Amino acid sequence: MNALLVQAFMFLLAAVIAVPLAKRLGLGSVLGYLIAGLVIGPLLGLLGASETEDLQHFAEFGVVMMLFLVGLELEPKALWAMRARLFGLGGVQVVGSAALLGGAALVLGQSASVALAIGLVLCLSSTAIVLQTFDEKRLMKSDGGQGGFSILLMQDIAVIPMLALLPLLALPELAGEAAVQAGAHAGAGASAEAAAGAGVGVGSHGAEASEHAESFSLVAGRPGWQVALFNVGAIAAVVIGGQYLSRPLFRSVARTGLREIFSAATLLLVIGTALLMSLVGLSPALGTFLAGVLLANSEYRHELESDLEPFKGLLLGLFFITVGAGIDVALLGEQFVIIIGLTLLTLAIKAAVLWGAATLFGIRGTDRWLIALGLAQAGEFGFVLIALCLQHRVLPPAVADVLLLVVALSMLLTPLLFILFERVVLPRSLADRTAGADDADTIAAHRGRAIIAGHGRFGQVVNRILLSNGFTTTLLEHQSELIEGQRKFGTTVFYGDATRPDLLKAAGLADAALLVVAIDDIEPSLALIEYVRRERPDIHIVARAFDRRHVYRLFRSGANDIVRELFDSSVRAGRYALEALGQHPFEAERAVQLFVEHDRAGLRRLAQLWRADVPIFENEDYIDLAKEITRELERAMQGGDIEPERARPGWRPSGNTRAGPESSEDRGPRDRAGESGGEGGAEGSGDDKASSPEAQRPAAT
Amino acid sequence: MSAVLVLHAHPSPSRSNHNRPMFERAAGLDGVTAVDLYASYPRFRIDVAAEQQRLIDHDAVVLQFPFYWYSVPALLKEYLDRVLGHGFAYGEGGDRLHGKTLLAALTAGGAESAYASDGSNGFDIHTLLTPLRQTARLCGMHWAQPLVLFGAHEADGDQRGAHTERFVASLQALVTGRPGPLDGAGSRSGRRGGRRGGDGHGGQAARGDAGARS
Repeated sequence: MNALLVQAFMFLLAAVIAVPLAKRLGLGSVLGYLIAGLVIGPLLGLLGASETEDLQHFAEFGVVMMLFLVGLELEPKALWAMRARLFGLGGVQVVGSAALLGGAALVLGQSASVALAIGLVLCLSSTAIVLQTFDEKRLMKSDGGQGGFSILLMQDIAVIPMLALLPLLALPELAGEAAVQAGAHAGAGASAEAAAGAGVGVGSHGAEASEHAESFSLVAGRPGWQVALFNVGAIAAVVIGGQYLSRPLFRSVARTGLREIFSAATLLLVIGTALLMSLVGLSPALGTFLAGVLLANSEYRHELESDLEPFKGLLLGLFFITVGAGIDVALLGEQFVIIIGLTLLTLAIKAAVLWGAATLFGIRGTDRWLIALGLAQAGEFGFVLIALCLQHRVLPPAVADVLLLVVALSMLLTPLLFILFERVVLPRSLADRTAGADDADTIAAHRGRAIIAGHGRFGQVVNRILLSNGFTTTLLEHQSELIEGQRKFGTTVFYGDATRPDLLKAAGLADAALLVVAIDDIEPSLALIEYVRRERPDIHIVARAFDRRHVYRLFRSGANDIVRELFDSSVRAGRYALEALGQHPFEAERAVQLFVEHDRAGLRRLAQLWRADVPIFENEDYIDLAKEITRELERAMQGGDIEPERARPGWRPSGNTRAGPESSEDRGPRDRAGESGGEGGAEGSGDDKASSPEAQRPAAT
Repeated sequence: MSAVLVLHAHPSPSRSNHNRPMFERAAGLDGVTAVDLYASYPRFRIDVAAEQQRLIDHDAVVLQFPFYWYSVPALLKEYLDRVLGHGFAYGEGGDRLHGKTLLAALTAGGAESAYASDGSNGFDIHTLLTPLRQTARLCGMHWAQPLVLFGAHEADGDQRGAHTERFVASLQALVTGRPGPLDGAGSRSGRRGGRRGGDGHGGQAARGDAGARS
């Protein structure tokens, strides 16, 4: 127990120190973790090689979660639309890189089968580093980000046949040894997860790791057709389960209102899927990705995201730390030039292939650079394949050790390549573009997006207005009954408590232009606005207020527009009442307009006097002003402000001599009418309330 | 029998001495559809399709309004702007109002004498109504002799009643298709006596148009 705590303390401490430091230096979190790993592993010796590999096995689950989260962002439709790039761009990259890297190995004197194995090991990129960095730098939505993602996904798919193919490359001269080991572990079809246990630097431990993993395999030692059957069955289980079972499950969990149970259900789903995939020898990452895609349309998407995000982040961080910690400094010191040279050669070849593939698929400019530089490293699947190769005697241990270092170093250098991209490529292309007009896509992407917190009666109206005007909205609601109802009308509402920062983040707070706070609880609405105002000083906040006191508090919390929830409807009812009592519709309309103006102006004045620490009934100044405002309103309503005369009856322009006598004759009653403020009604003053004088004077308003 | 549409536009009906009673009388007449525009569209959202259909369904259109700033009240202007659309009232295919009659029935605060080149309003009422008249022309409508009550503020009960009766008679003439009181008489002018407002080309035009539409 204590040992575990010490280890956890060490990792967390390293992360807490190194990551913020790296971020402040503009290096990105990934490099921070890698350096932290380097420090606590090889440099300080706090972490042994075998501990590293155990941890890495565990931490790789972060990659699995990450792919689930990536899947959540990708609806099935979007995935289908990607197919050309997925197989084209990704296929060209995998085949091209494997061929060229293998060719280079051949030239450097490796045998054909070893060269092929090296090519396959190195052609894969690091999904963990690349996606994490894309995400951090907001590159995921760019053309380069999408292209890069297609390639990574294709690589994940390609791993499956590679796992089957590599054992066939077993070297005859190593086969004898292999037979001895293989005898200990019946069956060769180790799953990716099992092989992943091999970890960095110490390939010979791979076999051990696979030993315990194999005991969970359903397909070990079965003939090929049965394996295929199991594979298909497992994928079908994920698809059917994701489509039909997950929603009712989440719905019933959401009804309990217990957040931790929802988190537990989320983890259960991801771990269960990963386990199923491992059992049948498929990539757990690919399986959870599929599960994620199936849930991308679900109302629980943002809640799932925000629940998994911290787990994923920590596990990935741990994974990066183990990569850093696994670097064999002794070996690196011995063969420094060779290993650095091989690493740079690998990066150069992969970047060249990526550049060519991107060009082939119409990716240009900075996006092409992003793919070429960003995906040039070898990745965590490389570790898996190396372990598998060692286990099946495909690679001589000496080659494998060097290869492990090359993979780790290329990952270590990746953050630097991203920095190169940011500091050199981007500024240059920005200078080239010089105020070029944005294309429609960019404008559409930059068009303001709104988050609506609370999708009850209030939020629904706001949402319908925004949607019908072509804006994009993200809706959050924590009452699952409301969500189900809305689903039936074709509206997608996400389940979750909008006052939770992580959920807001998942809903896209960082780049939203507007937040509508339509929840009907007072305290949470204030907490929400205070938080959002801190995070996004520039966002516009429209808030729903329960009453005047809530208005004042919302104002102090930083809401821009504050709407009393019953005010406008009451005003409308008032207008109907006036009409029902015989007031002309247009005059009723003007009367309520005047009322609204007065009331809102009064509210603004009262807000100055309102004090959070003094109850309104004890706030003398407030009460006095409220009375004064009421009197003013009454005067205005009865004093002709509603229907100001459009002109003064009987006004006579000077210089019209003919009109002279008439005007003096009629002046008396006219003037009286003016003084009395134009009160109408009395029959006797019929002429005085005469409609307008028309064409001689501008309307008073 | 012709169907007559009265479009009444007064933004302050409770302060209206003339237009309101005129409108209320019109509403009670057979063959007359009387519409209070400010009551129908207090928030200025005119139902264009419904209003166009209403125009199609009638043979004569009467604009009844107080003369504001030498023009119609804001909502009536909005009505003209939106309802008399291209392809409906004018332009390509815009012949739906062809052959209908347009009558302007307005009240003006100033005396008739003020509506003269030497008066404070600088022009006679027919000149000032040119935009409306041209609107009718472009829409292929007959421009009937306008019915104007001058000096509306000073008009007493008798004068008001007399003007309302003239208005009613004009509407009935439009309904029956027989010559109305205006034909040949010119427009009613000012308070006392003056028939000058109805003089000259205005009167001629009214007669000619009335003849043409029967």
